[in-house]
Amino acid sequence: MLPQNVAVFGHLLREGLDMKNENIKLFMAKGAIWGFIILELIFFSVAGEFFSLSDKAFMDWDNMLLLFKQSAPIGIIALGMTIIMINGNIDLSVGATFALCAVVMLDSMTWPIFAGLGNWVIPIAWALALITGMVLGLINGLIVWKTGVDAFIVTLGSMLGFRGLVFMYNGENPTSHLNWTLVDMAEADILGVETPTIIFVVCTVLIWLLMTRTVHGRNAYAVGDNREAAVNAGIRVGPHMVWNFVLIGFLAALSSVVFYSSSGSVNPNDGTLYELWVITAVVLGGTKLVGGSGSVISTFGGVIAIQLLRKGLGHIGADTAMVNLVIGLILIAVLFLDQQLNRKGKEELKV
Amino acid sequence: MSELTILQDSADRRKAIVALFARNGILIAFAVFMIGFTLANERFLSLDNVLGVVRSSAILGCIALGVTFVVISGNLDLSVGSMMSFSTIVVLDLHDKIGPALAIPVMFAMTMALGALIGFLVGYLKLNSLIVTLGMLSAIHGLTLTYSGGKNMDIAVKEGTWFSVFGQGTVFGLPVPVIIFVTLALILGVFLARTAFGRKVYAVGGNGVAATFSGIPRARVVFLTYVISSFCVAMAGLLQASRSLGSQNTVGQGLELDVLAAVILGGASLLGGSGTVFKTVIGVLILGFITNGLLLVGLQFYVQYVVTWVIIILAVWLDVAAKRGRLWSPIA
Amino acid sequence: MSTPALRLENIVKTFPGVRALDGVSFEVMPGEVHALLGENGAGKSTLMKVLGGIYQPNEGQIYIEEQASKMASPLDAKSKGVVFIHQELSLADELTVAENIYLGELPRKSFGRVDWATLYANSAAILKRLNCGFTPQTRVGSLSIANKQMVEIARALTVEAKAVIFDEPTASLTDAEKVVLFDIITDLRGQGVGIVYISHRMDEIFTISDRISVLRDGSYRGSLITADTNEDEVTQLMIGRSLDLTHAIVPNELGDVALSVEGLSCGSLFQDVSFQVRAGEVVGFYGLVGAGRTEIAETLFGLRSATAGTVKISGEDVQVNSPIDAISQGISLVPEDRKQQGLVLGMNCRDNMTLPQVAELTNGPFVSHAKEVDIYNVYHEKLEIKTPSWKQLAGNLSGGNQQKIVIGKWLSMAPKVLIVDEPTRGIDVGSKSEIHKLIRDLAAQGYAIIVISSEMPEVLRVSDRVIAMFHGRIMREFTAKEVTEDNLVQAISGIIPDKVA
Repeated sequence: MLPQNVAVFGHLLREGLDMKNENIKLFMAKGAIWGFIILELIFFSVAGEFFSLSDKAFMDWDNMLLLFKQSAPIGIIALGMTIIMINGNIDLSVGATFALCAVVMLDSMTWPIFAGLGNWVIPIAWALALITGMVLGLINGLIVWKTGVDAFIVTLGSMLGFRGLVFMYNGENPTSHLNWTLVDMAEADILGVETPTIIFVVCTVLIWLLMTRTVHGRNAYAVGDNREAAVNAGIRVGPHMVWNFVLIGFLAALSSVVFYSSSGSVNPNDGTLYELWVITAVVLGGTKLVGGSGSVISTFGGVIAIQLLRKGLGHIGADTAMVNLVIGLILIAVLFLDQQLNRKGKEELKV
Repeated sequence: MSELTILQDSADRRKAIVALFARNGILIAFAVFMIGFTLANERFLSLDNVLGVVRSSAILGCIALGVTFVVISGNLDLSVGSMMSFSTIVVLDLHDKIGPALAIPVMFAMTMALGALIGFLVGYLKLNSLIVTLGMLSAIHGLTLTYSGGKNMDIAVKEGTWFSVFGQGTVFGLPVPVIIFVTLALILGVFLARTAFGRKVYAVGGNGVAATFSGIPRARVVFLTYVISSFCVAMAGLLQASRSLGSQNTVGQGLELDVLAAVILGGASLLGGSGTVFKTVIGVLILGFITNGLLLVGLQFYVQYVVTWVIIILAVWLDVAAKRGRLWSPIA
Repeated sequence: MSTPALRLENIVKTFPGVRALDGVSFEVMPGEVHALLGENGAGKSTLMKVLGGIYQPNEGQIYIEEQASKMASPLDAKSKGVVFIHQELSLADELTVAENIYLGELPRKSFGRVDWATLYANSAAILKRLNCGFTPQTRVGSLSIANKQMVEIARALTVEAKAVIFDEPTASLTDAEKVVLFDIITDLRGQGVGIVYISHRMDEIFTISDRISVLRDGSYRGSLITADTNEDEVTQLMIGRSLDLTHAIVPNELGDVALSVEGLSCGSLFQDVSFQVRAGEVVGFYGLVGAGRTEIAETLFGLRSATAGTVKISGEDVQVNSPIDAISQGISLVPEDRKQQGLVLGMNCRDNMTLPQVAELTNGPFVSHAKEVDIYNVYHEKLEIKTPSWKQLAGNLSGGNQQKIVIGKWLSMAPKVLIVDEPTRGIDVGSKSEIHKLIRDLAAQGYAIIVISSEMPEVLRVSDRVIAMFHGRIMREFTAKEVTEDNLVQAISGIIPDKVA
């Protein structure tokens, strides 16, 4: 009986130790982003004392509100990207969608059909932009579902194709339309909090509710974790993924509407590499590339962290070039950390 | 038992037909394109035009040669566009600072250092190549901007520098870029097809696990594919710099997608394990002719974006369909 | 005479080239635990997958409470009251226990919202039935494997199950956890559920089952009432007397000790493994899935890091940290899964065979096709590989020929120690014999060979010595003369000789 008893004891001990490590790693993974933000705040405040050209402190109330407002364009899209990545997919076409929806919105306000509507053309323009976003998302979703081609290739292609559509609209010229009512609406604020921030926060709450409280949201985790098991459990994986692509298309359109309502002019190259920022924010927030895990709140944290990084770097005198460099490196560093935290330890097969 | 064999045969036959269509569908489509373009514009097949297409494809082509190695080994490289911008800017800058004779090798070294870094991250650290090269795309872009101070880079004295021979010279009537591209293609083609290293690249891409089980140093092989790729990018940067003797620092932007399209068009599978340098050259030419054809027919360059999109999706779909034996995906 | 909860009649299931089930009939009565036994490849899993809706039978009929039914999918089977508890867990780590239990059937409120109250209440009830120590709100990722298995079982209880099928449920459980499982099974049985219990483990089967049925080579061999029988009788039924042992082992002249392993361990996968292999002998490793045999091979080949112990090749201590090290030390591994691990299916036969040494087969800077083809031809002949030409893609070959390519690949490396993991898995009977004969011939030529196998006849046919493993430890080592089917089966099932009456 002896070998068996030893086996039992050893087994229990190992289980116990593994669980402890597991919990520590989990805590580190989930809480990490907020710690990172605090680190950034400290770092840039201190570094700012030495490097900054201005006398202002790094983070005061006004600056913080501005931070949230500036986070909105990337942030709204990042919420959608979270769901896509939880599914185990990815969407590289969001930047092009962003630009195309802006073009539709701004241009449609000048269409002759709407000439007699006055300012009522505004909600129509918004609606058209949002519909455009959803249609683009639908295209991505259907291709991924029906052809079985991996989402990253499909959206890599649409990144190019949708951008082509943007150019086809107006060549290399910007598309602009100034409507002061629209601008006023876009720049309005409630108690000092501006529209983009409000929309970003509202979307965060809604998507959070979706992911934590609805069947669709909970299924997303199953689909990403083990697609076959999800299919066997009766979840209709294909339509599920299509819905999520439509959703991120909608959010990219919404982000575009929010941003361009106040800016009034879009260049055909706008939004290039937005997907990089969005993905970096989502991965930084703790969502895994392989799917099956991630949280909207952490993504929110990731977005703030990225925006804080941008502001911080600007505060200490770095230019756009440096920011691009740092963001790229951060993405890679996060990937590495993610991999290390997921190691199964000594018993791994070395392939 | 006989019923089974019949069933097996018909399934096999269907699989073979799909595979055949997948492999040659691109060529058929290309033939259709060529005929269409020729009918639309008679200048299309003129010697002048054809040579022009080949010459302007040379730069993209060089990069595609290197990316072929990366794709065959089962990875991606989205950083080649911004890496090329980097190479172009650096060599132009160094040309005036340390002279062309030194500028060229230094630029190659710097570019290949970047390639080595990516190779280390993807090969040794085993990080996801899509995300790593996406991040490097941005990082290298930032690096280039920082290096150039945001300005365009121009050679001070454009006449009389022998540096221009790479991009603008001709030898026996053939443009130098074409000669360089063809030579590079021949060398790399033989390297991939005939050496032990080339065999290892196919093994790693075809079945990385089996390659490891067979004693192939997978990490090192992947690492070297990125070094090769960066060498080709450096060459492309040299050609570009030499051609215009001045450049914006975003000259390479978006090239990575065209390169990928060319490689896919040439029949390489994005899943790894198949493709050849020769087929990539065909893919480069196909892409070049399509772009040219669209221009001659009066369509703008961005129409090509949409066309490339459709091509990529169709080509990869057919490849995936051929491998699983069914056209449509079985996902519920 | 009550109606069977579940009855299968004359089920035939074929795959290309293999007749996995040959007219099998089987039934489970309500409130009965019916054990299903058989060697690896006997057809147990296939039968249950047919029942569970994963495969469709080519012939035969399934009856649920004597109503003819078709199981179109796992979901369909479940809705008809037939639930399958898999070996591989299909849970989502990020979701809670409750969400996993009701995966795909989460109770809803308006607007697609989850009805948490109902969900947790129902889940709690099920967990209580199973006596589980964790709450429905626990995140599944934080549970131990045993608890995860409980969740898997809980999933089965969301419907009024008529029959529950357990497929090797105790593979990763400790003794304490097994007791809990058996309590649950007893409970279910008391509620009138018919239980099918698939397992290799004699002690468990004799503890829990009412009836035992045996499958061998895809056919039904007979049933025994547990209370009236014993382990030996069951073993006889499993093995049968028609075992072809005409190829008695011809012992070779043994050379020096080629491989010597002392106290080798790898975490929880295997512990304290010690054995020797001499030139000219074949040592067979036999045991259940999960016993640790393949993991030992992987460690010897440098694919896993040992946590303790030493390895000596020809008397010299060696450190093997990667397959490249292993190859240079003279160790070759023909892996378990020839398609995923042994071959690059997209490459041709010749290239596959020369892969480990392609860097040496050169003519100047280039690979010498002539040298490659020479090697291929040697083994093409020696191993009687049947392909029209070396240009055939490995993926197009039959299983037997594929295996020969892999074997040829490693023989061409002239190894001191050759490890072959599952030499004839999924290979037709004719080719099986060829490969067995080949292994004996290689031993006669002086190779030191380790064969890992899950097929008893195979192990007995090729091995000079047999090492029986159970749960990561070596239970017993037999010589060819000592080993019998009975004592071998008992050793690998965890039964130690002093327990046997």
